[in-house]
Amino acid sequence: MATQGAERYVGGGVRRKEDPKLITGQGTFVEAITPPGTVWAVLVRSPFGHATIRRVNLKPVLGAPGVVAAYSGADLADEWAAPLPMAWPVTEDINIPEHWPLTRDKARYLGDAVAVVVATSRAAAADAAELVEVDYDQLPAVVDVQAASVEKAPLIHDAFGTNKCYIWAISQGDVDAAFAGADVVVKERYRQQRLVPNAIEPRCVVVQSVAAAGEFTMWSTTQIPHIAKITLALTMGIPETKLRVIAPDVGGGFGSKLNVYAEEALCLALARRLGRPVKWVEERSEAYHSTIHGRDVIQEIELAASSDGKLRGVRVRLLANMGAYLQLVTPGVPLLGALLYHGCYGAEAYSLECTGVFTNTTPTDAYRGAGRPESNYAIERAIERLAREVGSDVVTIRRRNFLPKGELVPSPAGLQFDSVDYEKVLDRALEMIGYDDVRKEQEARRDGGDTRLLGIGLSCYVEMCGLAPSQVLGSLRYAAGGWDAASVRMLPTGKVEVVTGTSPHGQGHETSWSQIAADALGVDFEDVTVLHGDTAVAPLGMDTYGSRSLAVGGVAVHFACGRVIEKAKRLAAHLLEVSPDDLVFEAGSFSVKGVPAKAKTIQELAYAAWTAHSLPEGEEPSLEATYVYDPPNFTFPFGSHICVVEVDTETGKVDIVRYVAVDDCGTVINPTIVEGQVHGGIAQGIAQALYEQAVYDDDGNLLTSSMMDYLVPSAVEMPWFELDRTVTPSPTNPMGVKGIGEAGTIAATPAVINAVVDALWHLGVKTMDMPASPENVWNAIRRAKGGN
Amino acid sequence: MIPVSFDYQVASSVDDASRLLEQGGEAAKLIAGGQSLLPLMRLRLTRPTLLVDIGRLAELSYIKKSGDGIVIGALTRHHDLEYSSVLKRACPLLAYVAGLVGDPQVRHRGTIGGAVAHGDPASDVPSALLALEADFVVRGGKKERTIAATEFFTGLLETALRPGELLTEIRVPRLDANKHGWSYQKFRQRAQDWAIVGVAAVVEKENGSINRAAIGLTNMGPTPLRASAVEQALSGGDATAIGEAAERAAGEGDPSSDINGSADYRRHLVQVLVRRAVEEALSR
Repeated sequence: MATQGAERYVGGGVRRKEDPKLITGQGTFVEAITPPGTVWAVLVRSPFGHATIRRVNLKPVLGAPGVVAAYSGADLADEWAAPLPMAWPVTEDINIPEHWPLTRDKARYLGDAVAVVVATSRAAAADAAELVEVDYDQLPAVVDVQAASVEKAPLIHDAFGTNKCYIWAISQGDVDAAFAGADVVVKERYRQQRLVPNAIEPRCVVVQSVAAAGEFTMWSTTQIPHIAKITLALTMGIPETKLRVIAPDVGGGFGSKLNVYAEEALCLALARRLGRPVKWVEERSEAYHSTIHGRDVIQEIELAASSDGKLRGVRVRLLANMGAYLQLVTPGVPLLGALLYHGCYGAEAYSLECTGVFTNTTPTDAYRGAGRPESNYAIERAIERLAREVGSDVVTIRRRNFLPKGELVPSPAGLQFDSVDYEKVLDRALEMIGYDDVRKEQEARRDGGDTRLLGIGLSCYVEMCGLAPSQVLGSLRYAAGGWDAASVRMLPTGKVEVVTGTSPHGQGHETSWSQIAADALGVDFEDVTVLHGDTAVAPLGMDTYGSRSLAVGGVAVHFACGRVIEKAKRLAAHLLEVSPDDLVFEAGSFSVKGVPAKAKTIQELAYAAWTAHSLPEGEEPSLEATYVYDPPNFTFPFGSHICVVEVDTETGKVDIVRYVAVDDCGTVINPTIVEGQVHGGIAQGIAQALYEQAVYDDDGNLLTSSMMDYLVPSAVEMPWFELDRTVTPSPTNPMGVKGIGEAGTIAATPAVINAVVDALWHLGVKTMDMPASPENVWNAIRRAKGGN
Repeated sequence: MIPVSFDYQVASSVDDASRLLEQGGEAAKLIAGGQSLLPLMRLRLTRPTLLVDIGRLAELSYIKKSGDGIVIGALTRHHDLEYSSVLKRACPLLAYVAGLVGDPQVRHRGTIGGAVAHGDPASDVPSALLALEADFVVRGGKKERTIAATEFFTGLLETALRPGELLTEIRVPRLDANKHGWSYQKFRQRAQDWAIVGVAAVVEKENGSINRAAIGLTNMGPTPLRASAVEQALSGGDATAIGEAAERAAGEGDPSSDINGSADYRRHLVQVLVRRAVEEALSR
């Protein structure tokens, strides 16, 4: 690769170029798109968790004001060339239910869509939807993953004869021997409660067709326009070439928009049937049922250790709630953490078995961290339990077990961890929190009989980003590759267009990709425009999820810039009549070694490449290049977080009084964006630890179906975040970047819960369920004191 | 999120509002700040056929001294109560409680009259007004009457307001900083939430002992309520009486179990919060 210009933007606090339009209301969200002649779709959803559908009567609807059409599942049956997509059949014998945009036989969760009403206004459609008569025979429901696993449980999908979806297992080393030879075995059971993603923008779909050409354009609040295009083309029987998917400004996702939804297929079908633009707008309360949920896993983790706390074996069993159907990657989500349950620590043997189970609940799927918050929570809580069992302290036991420092370190589960240096972040976090002083204050409060006890919780994490080496995905039976693409085009006026296959929905890719390209090409940040989120503009891409964008898509931008520079160099040599080897590239200019005045700027070369009046023999006009980057390995960000809580033992209320986070995401492109990701990530981790929980009753009614009962915390509930970073570049890619979108969430939850347990351990509180709500904490204290 | 369609009339005066309300019949509703009504309408849980908007009746938005009390127009926004210098001096409990309602947006729209007339047992304002022994002035047509706060809340979301009547004024006493101590203990998980339990206390002090205490409870039953057993136990006692008196709070009301707290937990919490409220009231 050519010599790069000095870094002017990478690592600097450049302001996000997306923000002026977003914060002045000039963004374009799907809800703002209404082509002339649009009709609105409203779905009729099952009010029961489990019910046979006897009859759907649409007659009362058809004469209602504004109504254009109304359909049941049976009415639309011939619209589908295939069921809704599921891209991750994790085992050969996995049970995959047919999942249609409207159900025909049974409603399998509260919110399962039964009919659709289309009208000339959204209000008319909402009014008319109330007139649909559906005769249901209510069936016994099962919502709990454990209850659904037993033999007599009501069957969600009768054809399978079981609610089991799959059993996936992995084993490395001799696990039985490790446990048989252990001095100490710690066995813990944790519940990852069900979470509702709650992106700030609910979902929305608009489909416009050109009937005469058989073409469809779909605007959707999606993280994955490319994957949606391919999979929906298959579901709809539309040639891939005739479907264009546009994700304009998208207001957050957290994984909930890493999916292909019934409403997208429905709007396509309705547009095809009716020949009019069709729009569906999700209501917030509707989203609690109709958008995927996260987590809902029961974890059993066993640690085998020697008497000095040295880990020997890790054995894990998971019971993962799939919900009623399999969405795009539902079965694979628990497995994204399946190789990480040993955390930052070494062990000679490792095994994990995960059982996926159907229940009468909204399907689960990826939610910020997807599998890794679960794994990190389990190991970080269990390691503190082990410390207490062997009489070690929570810092020492971690140091004793950390994987050794190194560029590439084999992990107990068979991965190659990159850039390992776990002591460094722990040292820094302990220093920032003033660990010894906090412990002293904790002791003083205990001794003084204070009703507001302090607890200190640690969380050391390593996670896995940069999804993903395509070959690895193949071996995990995932249906697509893990590469991403970038095109870099120098325009005749010297401006730059970067086309990315990633699809930002709040992350700031336009800014970060501009920084990368501007530094690589030696142009101004303002001269770079990043294009994304439209399959007609960016034909190649694998989209945005799993903290993959920078470590895959950003690296593709870097490599594409390299190709542009190579070509520019050949052209410069031709125009300057020297050998390419005689040129140096610096600050956007190619100059002849020793003769700095003899030079061509990259802008001049872009113009020359465009006019093409004089090109080297065999060179194509236009200064542009595409690079499709398939990462050779995952990247492995790590860090240490420490949380100090104050627990009011009279009420059970937990307040976070200090929160220190030291993260290592390798090279930092934009520190402000990284800090924002860490803030948001920690907030979401704290939310799981203390506030949020989706609760179903036994009939399958969601009791937490609004923000009054599902407690999304606000800024007021957050502590001041004390952040620092270490920089250990990833050897996996030339930029040394790793990923930061999920790290905070992965780290924070066990830090908080460990702190709560730490505050109350001496009272006899040995464990704590999430969320550690005041009542849960109060109950735990009461039980420990020997009350009921 | 789209309500069923409804008619809408703007009231030009209190009389006009009263007339429109009466004409509209049973399915007519007054709307002031709309902070309780609109969410219910958008979820289609309530379906009024007519909304009578009294939100523009400027004559009902005021905070004034009057005799030995303070009179507050029913349309005064929570935000204005929170920042009222008159209230902060003469009835700081109410200014403080107004600042705990919902979030800033809610406080800029929601009104004291709305909070009272809605009669939500989980709302902070009614229990504070109970502890303050407030009076409510209501008008129906030409007839005006005054109802004591203790008589006003009759059942779950039910009040002593008759059809066609609207709440026009809230009267609270002036607290004497040398004599009266006050506190409001709002227990909730998030700042913006309804109280899981709330306790309002107004304590009349004399030489370090409690002459008289008025305790209002939030979310401890179908209505906002007074903790009379606690009040009796406190009366004439000093700081040492607080612990035992607070325990009596567990027997007050009939709290429900819901997703945010079981009845058992509420009965426990109310004891802690009553104790803290009375201690704080006594200390200021």
